[in-house]
Amino acid sequence: MPEGYLRQSPLASLGLAARAATAADAAGVTMGERERVMLVNLRGDGVDRGFLDRVRQALEVDLPAEPNTAAEGTRHRVLWLGPNEWLVVAGEGEQLAAALDAALAGLHVSVTDISDARAVIALSGAQARDVLAKGCPLDLHPRSFGPMRCAQSRLAKVAVLIDQRDDAPSYDLYVLRSQARYLWRWLDDAAREYAVRIIRP
Amino acid sequence: MLLITCPFCGPRDESEFACGGEAHIVRPADPAALTDAQWADYLFMRKNVKGVHFERWMHSHGCRRWFNAARDTVTHQFLAFYKMGEQAPDIAPVSYTARPAPRTDPALPADPALHTDREGAR
Ligand SMILES: [Zn+2]
Repeated sequence: MPEGYLRQSPLASLGLAARAATAADAAGVTMGERERVMLVNLRGDGVDRGFLDRVRQALEVDLPAEPNTAAEGTRHRVLWLGPNEWLVVAGEGEQLAAALDAALAGLHVSVTDISDARAVIALSGAQARDVLAKGCPLDLHPRSFGPMRCAQSRLAKVAVLIDQRDDAPSYDLYVLRSQARYLWRWLDDAAREYAVRIIRP
Repeated sequence: MLLITCPFCGPRDESEFACGGEAHIVRPADPAALTDAQWADYLFMRKNVKGVHFERWMHSHGCRRWFNAARDTVTHQFLAFYKMGEQAPDIAPVSYTARPAPRTDPALPADPALHTDREGAR
């Protein structure tokens, strides 16, 4: 659990807050950093009913069993990473790792707090799909990728987890902290032709 | 660019994957009982098939799981994908003993040097 007052967002040095637009000027793409989210990488046996039940009690949401899908609870969003691996996302202040540790005590599982290991970039707008298509091999066409779908792939040559939030379309991009500034600059450049607006998501 | 079907994620671009070489190599139950030659055979000797090859792949930029695939090493066509631990599918080996006919496309100039190189590599 990172100390709240010590946390600094991976993109803090870009001064995005100062660039954030107040007026809703026309833009094909909006971008912003989703700050201070809590992330836990959870691994456990995806066919063990005992494990699944205890996770449901702790998170009040079922772990998604279908590959590359997301599940939304009242306080958490859970993304499928593998047949026995998930990413649990929560807002600031949630004692997420501690709660899961307590709920799953005694089971053969792994609960890893990776809140400070990732940056989350929110990308949205009518042209957001075109921006991603410039550097990602995934088929993001609505017939094969839509809201509540997620996938790990490569974007601009770096590993990325893409979570589609709605059909605006809006995406959350999870990237390693050390590659976040590179990916932001790449996205900023790729989106320039559609006009970019910086927001505080 | 190849399209590779991860048993979990479905068809994905080749750039998300890493190939792990020949599949279905079983580790000897009692390595200490082997001769050096048998141990070396297990460690180093691999098939170099011209035709259907059973091999391991990892979806390294996706779900990070290993799986198996059958691929024709001449055409690069994938013939099957299956999970770790599953039986290899029964796929008849392809015979590539006959040499492909020389290229006769009149629109392209003959390149004798290229042909000689290819013959030499076989
Ligand atoms: Zn996969």
